Order: sequence, then C-alpha cells, then structure tokens
Amino acid sequence: MKQHTLSILVENKAGVLSRVSGLFSRRGFNIESLAVGPCEEPGMSRITIVAIADDDKVEQIMKQLNKLIDVIKVSDLTGSPRVERELALIKVTAELGTSRAEIMQIAEIFRAAIVDVSPKSIILQVIGDTEKINAMETLLRQYGIKEFVRTGTVGILRGSKGVPGGK
Amino acid sequence: MKTGAKILVESLQREGTEIIFGYPGGVVLPIYDELYDSSLRHILVRHEQAAAHAADGYARASGRVGVCLATSGPGACNLVTGIATAYMDSVPIVALTGQVPTNLLGNDAFQESDITGITLPITKHNYLVKNTADLSRTIQEAFYIAGTGRPGPVLVDIPKDVSTSSVKDVPVPEKVELRGYNPTYHGHKRQIEKALQLIAKAERPVIYAGGGVILSNASAELIQVATMLGIPITTTLMGIGAIPGDHPLNLGMLGMHGTEYANFAITECDLLFAIGVRFDDRVTGKTETFAANAKIIHIDVDPAEIGKNKRVDVPIVGDVKAVLSDMLTCLKKTGVHDAWIKKIQHWKQHHPLKCPDDGGLHPQFIIRQMSEMLGGDAVIVSEVGQNQMWTAQHFSFKHPRTWITSGGLGTMGYGLPAAMGAHFARPDLPVFDVAGDGSIQMNIQEFGTIAHYNIPVKIAILNNRYLGMVRQWQELFYDRRYSYTELPAVEFVKIANAYGIEGIKVESPEDVKPALQASLDCNGPFVIDFRVEREENVFPMVPAGAAINEMIGGHPR
Ligand SMILES: Cc1ncc(C[n+]2csc(CCOP(=O)(O)OP(=O)(O)O)c2C)c(N)n1
Ligand SMILES: [Mg+2]
Repeated sequence: MKQHTLSILVENKAGVLSRVSGLFSRRGFNIESLAVGPCEEPGMSRITIVAIADDDKVEQIMKQLNKLIDVIKVSDLTGSPRVERELALIKVTAELGTSRAEIMQIAEIFRAAIVDVSPKSIILQVIGDTEKINAMETLLRQYGIKEFVRTGTVGILRGSKGVPGGK
Repeated sequence: MKTGAKILVESLQREGTEIIFGYPGGVVLPIYDELYDSSLRHILVRHEQAAAHAADGYARASGRVGVCLATSGPGACNLVTGIATAYMDSVPIVALTGQVPTNLLGNDAFQESDITGITLPITKHNYLVKNTADLSRTIQEAFYIAGTGRPGPVLVDIPKDVSTSSVKDVPVPEKVELRGYNPTYHGHKRQIEKALQLIAKAERPVIYAGGGVILSNASAELIQVATMLGIPITTTLMGIGAIPGDHPLNLGMLGMHGTEYANFAITECDLLFAIGVRFDDRVTGKTETFAANAKIIHIDVDPAEIGKNKRVDVPIVGDVKAVLSDMLTCLKKTGVHDAWIKKIQHWKQHHPLKCPDDGGLHPQFIIRQMSEMLGGDAVIVSEVGQNQMWTAQHFSFKHPRTWITSGGLGTMGYGLPAAMGAHFARPDLPVFDVAGDGSIQMNIQEFGTIAHYNIPVKIAILNNRYLGMVRQWQELFYDRRYSYTELPAVEFVKIANAYGIEGIKVESPEDVKPALQASLDCNGPFVIDFRVEREENVFPMVPAGAAINEMIGGHPR
C-alpha cells in the first residue's frame, strides 16, 4: 500500500464531486484528502485526491474514473517530480507572556503567518506538504490547539509540462 | 414555441424510438398528455420495474436503445432494480423519470426522491434537466451514451415545470461530442499482431466469448476467426447465441454450471483468447487456477475490464467486431491442433450434460423438447435460478440476441417483462419466458399487461414448488436444511385464466410436446405450468471458490 496523489480534471457540472468521491467509497477506497476548485480551463475544475492503496487498485480506480462522462483527464502524480501543498489554519491558546513568544518563534521557523491575534489566542496560517503541517501541529499541541482546519492537498508537476495521461 | 413535453416526444422519435414502456403519475401528466395523440407507441405496464425490464428486453433482442418512463418518487424508485439489471449486463436503455418542479427540488416535496443520486452507481450516466432549452440536447446525449462504447442505462430526470414550460425549438447538433467520452473502437495494430503471434504458437487454444460479442454484433466475425484458426469456443451465460449450439467448435457454457468439457478445456489450455468478457467470479471459480498455464489475450471495449480480475498478456482495447474484423484481414488459415481437438472430442463424448430419463417430468427434458420443437428460431427469455441454468445448458441456440437473461444481477422477476419487450423487438419470432415458480411471482402482475395488449409471450413455468436454486445449495452445503425455500402449490393456470390468458398444466413427459404445441398454436399469451421433479439439481456444479475443473455431479474422469 502506497500513498497516491491523483489529479482529476472534470467538467464543472452539478454532482460531479459526488460522482467522483462516490466511486472511491464504492470501491473500498479511503480518501485521505480531497481538494477541488476551478482551474486554468473555463468550465472545468481540478480535483486532487490523496488515497492510500495498492498500485493495481489505483490503476483500476483510475480506469473507472475515466469512464465517468464528466471526467476529462485522470493522472497519478505519484511517480513524478511534483509540488504538493496544503494550507492549515491553527488557533492556538496563547496567553500574553512566554508561551506567546514561543509560539511566534515556531511560526517563524515554519514560515507561518499570524493572521489573527486576540488576548487569549492567535491564529496561524501555514502552507506546506502534509508532513510539515503535521510537524507544526505536534509542536503546537503543548500550548493547546483550540481549532485546527486544513485544506486537502493540491499537487502540480514540476517543469513546463502539464499533467500526463488522459483519455 | 414548444412545451418540454412536446420536445421530449419529438426528441425520442428523432432518436428512432418506436415504443416506450411506462406508467403514469402526477409529474408526468404533461408528458402523458403529449403521448395521448402521438404516434409513439406506449405500453402501460403494471409495475414500473416491468417497464425497465421490458425496455431492457427490447434492447437486448433488437440491439437498439430501449426506453421506459415513470413518475417521480415511488415510480422512479420502482425502476431501480431494472436499471441495475441493465447496468450489470451493459444493456442500452434510457430511463425517463418525472421529477417535482424545480422550485420544490430538495424540499422533500410530495413524491420527491433524489433519483439521480439513487441511480448514480447503477447508471452509465444520468441527468437532472433544469431547463426546457436543454431537454432536446440531453435526450440526444442520453441515447448516444447509452448505445455507444460499452452500452448501459442512462437516466434522465425531468421536473414537471421543465415539461410544461415552452421554449423556441433549438436544433440539436449533427453529432454528439463529449470531451470526457471517447470510446476506443479500433484495437491497437501492434497488439493485434502480438495476439496473432501468440495464437500461431499455441497448441491448446480456447476462445472464451461473452456478452461483448453479442453487444457488438460480432458473432459472424467470431465464428470466422475460430473456424479459420480451428479454435474451440466456450461462451459465458451472456455469450450464449454467439455460436450455434450444434457448431462443432462450440463447447457450450463454462463456469459454475458450465459443461465439464468447457471447464476442462479452460483448465488445460495454453492460450486463452478472451473476447468481450469480464472474468466474473461465476465463470472463473478460483481465479488463480483459472487457465493457470495459459497466455491470455483479452479484447474489450472497456479498458477497466482488462486486467481487473486476472493478469493479461495481450490486452486489446476496442470494439469486438472492429478488432476481429481487423484480425481477419491479416489472418492466414493455420489452425491444426489435432491432438487438442481430439482430446476435447473425447471429453465431449464421455462427459456430456446429463438428462435424466426415468419416466419423471424432468426440467432438462422439457428444455430439450422446446429446443427440438423451436429449432433455435425463437427468443428464449429466462427468470433466475435453476430454470435459467437448465435453459442455458440444454437449449440449443442458433442466433445471437435470441437468449435473454439477467446474468450479472441475477434478477428474479426479470423474465416475463423482458419477454414482453423482446416481443416488440422480434414480433416475427415466438417468445418464451422459461420461469421458476418463485421468479414468476415477482412480476406476475404483468399477466395484466400481456393480456391487455395480447402480447403472445409463452410462459413455461418449471414449477418445483421450491426456490430451487437456493434449495439446491441448502441440500449440498447446508445439510438439507430447507430454510424458507419451500413454496406452496399455486395453480398458475387459474391465475392466468383470471387475467383472460389461456393455460395448461402438465404432469407427465408425454404431455410436454402437445402442451408446447398448444402454446404455439394460440395466437395470444399462454401459460404452461410444468409440475416438475421437485428436487432436481443443476449439474455439473463448481462449488463456490473451487477451481472450475473441480465439479460435482459430473462424470467420473
Ligand atoms: C430478486 C431476487 N431475490 C432473490 C434472489 C436469490 N435467488 C436466486 S435463485 C432463487 C430461487 C428462484 O426460484 P424459482 O424462481 O422457483 O426458480 P428455480 O430455481 O426453482 O428454478 C433465489 C431466491 C434473486 N436472484 N433475485
Ligand atoms: Mg422453483
């Protein structure tokens, strides 16, 4: 079992997300993360899905995805040099004093931005791959995380080429 | 300006629809009003499930897209089993459903159900039409998607206000173009060459042909390839009819209730040429031992079927007919596998299907009598269970699209409505529904439809007063504990008579032929209630999970 990042170009039509995600659950896949939004082509969206599965299972799900009428292109980014990012917003308990200073130091190390400050808490915004965000969460836990939200991973291939494969 | 309902009916006619099977209700009133004086024929069924199966039977017998129509909520939900049945067997139907008006969508309105959500996993595609202006185009796309590539059901959900509003007539494009849908029809040249090289080297080749051959109308090409190369053919349940039953290269059906010789041949072959099949578990038994020593070539129009259950050496994505035609252009007559053919002949001789002959009324005997009388010039539809397997085994089919059965889903209650649909596709042929006493009672209300329209479907009930196939498993694997599988006697002839249908009860073998003749002589529907040996089993049988050459109920080897 291996983690796969799939990039799926779809027609931006009602129900397309449930068609895609339904296929994963129906065929016994757990989606680790999912991100969707409009992309460079008008009327299209790109969905990035991270799932953990055997290679041959992934091949099967890609073929099944390709059969969906609203799916234009499916690519597995996993084997290729790529950039993957997610964004997290973390609300940390930060009373005035030393803990607040320490948190701000951690933020600096992770190049996180402070996007909101209140007397009892601050909100950090961090961008990175999954591991970086997990690492930051671990470090901040001792101060008390009030709320933690993250987007799904989005991925893109390095270099000038677009995603390979397709129908 | 035209109403949506009018546009719908005109679109159906433009797509070549001649008949639809349906049932009215509140939100489809505008559509039914349009049908009232349309030349489009409508058959009023007695349950929407039957409308879907009838459209399916029509599609399978004709090769064209079948159409059914139901109202929202309960009507649409009643279609579900029929749609799933068509989906599993790749049958092109367009299911039209009414929906609550767009302003009430999502409101739990009266008779609202999310039918596009419900049918997401059992349709090739589905639509909720929100604007009348999109209707014509949507119907065009629905037919195109249903009938091309790997066929399948498409549902179009039409809110009431979309039917009633009027728009200017918008012409549809000459040709449908969908960016995300481009089936591959022609096989890759290099792959075809590779396949031919493998075939040339093979000493013990077998063709394993399935429903894909029927769907792509490729039976002539199949037989030509097989004859030129001298390769025997075994068919799946769905592939029956692709090669005549009495053809010397035909090995009959393989798999769980396949012939011993087909299963032996698969087990011992060194080349498996799989055509329009999907390596279903009912066919392969234990996959590791299925054609374990063979190189495998696989042709299928659906790339997702290739390598799904079994590793393949030469995959060829393409339409079966197109690929086989391409093969034929570069085929040299080779095909002498004398030793192999002799071995198969030996198996055929010593391991034939058994037909008990002890004076009792045996179902196998009835099917053989039917086969003899009809000579393959009939459409035979079946229900599900032992009746289905005996028909598949003992009826000798002559033509493709004359054997119609629910394979993938195994839907009891499929047969009678599918037979109705098949009649409208092939009014020139007698149509039989070979039924079980359990299955027939799942859609027995359709006696009403066949009586109403005088649809001359002949219903041959193999009445064993059991859910026979389940009883067989209980006998063999559950210590004869017949838990809820015995059915009380039903006088089916009386039920038929109550609907105004003629019928006859048969209790001994010598009455079989006269009864079949009586059914053929009757120009309307007819019911034969065959009181068969109750605990007859379907043999041979591969127990679930066993290798397919490990059959029970066969001949000693
Ligand atoms: C709708 C549905 N429910 C249950 C089953 C499970 N099942 C398969 S065969 C069978 C028995 C069929 O009985 P009958 O129609 O009398 O046919 P027989 O096997 O006796 O010929 C049952 C219950 C099914 N295939 N379809
Ligand atoms: Mg029965």
